[in-house]
Amino acid sequence: MTKLLKDGTAALKAVKTGDTIMVGGFGLIGAPLTLIDALTNKDVTDLTIISNNLGEKGKGLGILLGQKKIKKGIGSYFTSNRDVGDAYQRGEIELELLPQGTLSESIRAGGAGIGGYYTKTGVGTDLAKNKEEREINGETYIFEPAIRANIALIRAWKSDTLGNLVYYKTARNFNPVMATAADVVIAEVDEIVEAGELSPEAIVTPHLFVDGILLASKILTNEGVVQHG
Amino acid sequence: MANEIQESIARRAAKELNRPCVVNLGIGIPTLVAKYIDDEQVYFHTENGLLGVTDVDEENKDPNLVNAGKLPVGETIGASFFNSAESFGMIRGGHVDVAILGVLQMDQTGKIANWAVPGKNIMGVGGAMDLLVGAKKVIVTTTHTTKDGSSKLLTECTFPITSTRSVDMIITELAVFEVKEKKLELVELMPGATLDEVEEKTEAEFSIHLKQRQFGRGNLNEECSHY
Repeated sequence: MTKLLKDGTAALKAVKTGDTIMVGGFGLIGAPLTLIDALTNKDVTDLTIISNNLGEKGKGLGILLGQKKIKKGIGSYFTSNRDVGDAYQRGEIELELLPQGTLSESIRAGGAGIGGYYTKTGVGTDLAKNKEEREINGETYIFEPAIRANIALIRAWKSDTLGNLVYYKTARNFNPVMATAADVVIAEVDEIVEAGELSPEAIVTPHLFVDGILLASKILTNEGVVQHG
Repeated sequence: MANEIQESIARRAAKELNRPCVVNLGIGIPTLVAKYIDDEQVYFHTENGLLGVTDVDEENKDPNLVNAGKLPVGETIGASFFNSAESFGMIRGGHVDVAILGVLQMDQTGKIANWAVPGKNIMGVGGAMDLLVGAKKVIVTTTHTTKDGSSKLLTECTFPITSTRSVDMIITELAVFEVKEKKLELVELMPGATLDEVEEKTEAEFSIHLKQRQFGRGNLNEECSHY
């Protein structure tokens, strides 16, 4: 059975209204821009989006926000898109802010079959309110539950035909952990090669995590996002 | 754009990185510190997933090679890339030796506030809380006062704190403070600054332990773990 997907519509077949969706990327860097574009063209709403940022103003997930398709955002740095604050003020969106290390670790835990974990990050701050505290070896920790999603949309550099993935520079960021923590994982890539062409030593995401592969057509360049092919 | 005040603070902070170590630089003045370091064994870590940050090659900018401020950077020989969970594992796990951070406010016990302003939506925290919890040594670089001239070194922060942990050192354009047992010690006046001026512009309580500094290896009586 091939994992290769012919277009964004096919890639998002499983997505439905009310879903929780993880979206890779640090701002637009390493964000699956082709899949996000397809999501803006799909008639779904009430989405919970787990992503470090909600894109930038009018770009990436910022377009989805403008379409009012996002019910809730879970991330660490919404400041990068001023529209998020405005939507929040108007009561159009719920937000859950987590420290970046807690966001990434909660996703890692979600993908690794861990129900939650204790961390020192945030103890004694406004972000620890109503979180369970526990003393471990004389230090205070707070409990953080794991995070999972229905779908993860991620960005990698190359995939082989089995779905093994390698990443490019700092476009890696959240993508490998998100690949582990959703029921359906779709990877958008620059290049698809035959199985055997990627060194087994270099593969970052083994193929068992990946359900679908799409060739990217929206590419981040120094001049902004451009359409390829 | 960086001005002379910011550059002087960054230059002074760079003198603290006088041995092989792993350093995470925050956004703003901290970013400027890198250009005053020429030791190849000071390794810059950025939390979005790179150990071995260096200046961007302006001719060959790569849109997928950025620092935590999303600014284009370069990679050193021997650099490595890793995912966000692993990157924050490095931070929380105590594998980053020094974090240099900007602040909005600090109190007289060395606690800082650098992520939220009351009355505004709390929209972003990024890696600030993780760095405070995990970095072995935290140095603050900041202007001494806000734009309206009020002290950033306060009796108590009025903005939400970033961590209950006290930072280790505070460097402004007027002075250098060390934090010892949750108390501020003025250890150095910056060139051109007077004690009167520091006292006038500092709301927080501090004691005075001015010392002649020798910059060289071993200055801080601290060992970095891996080099």
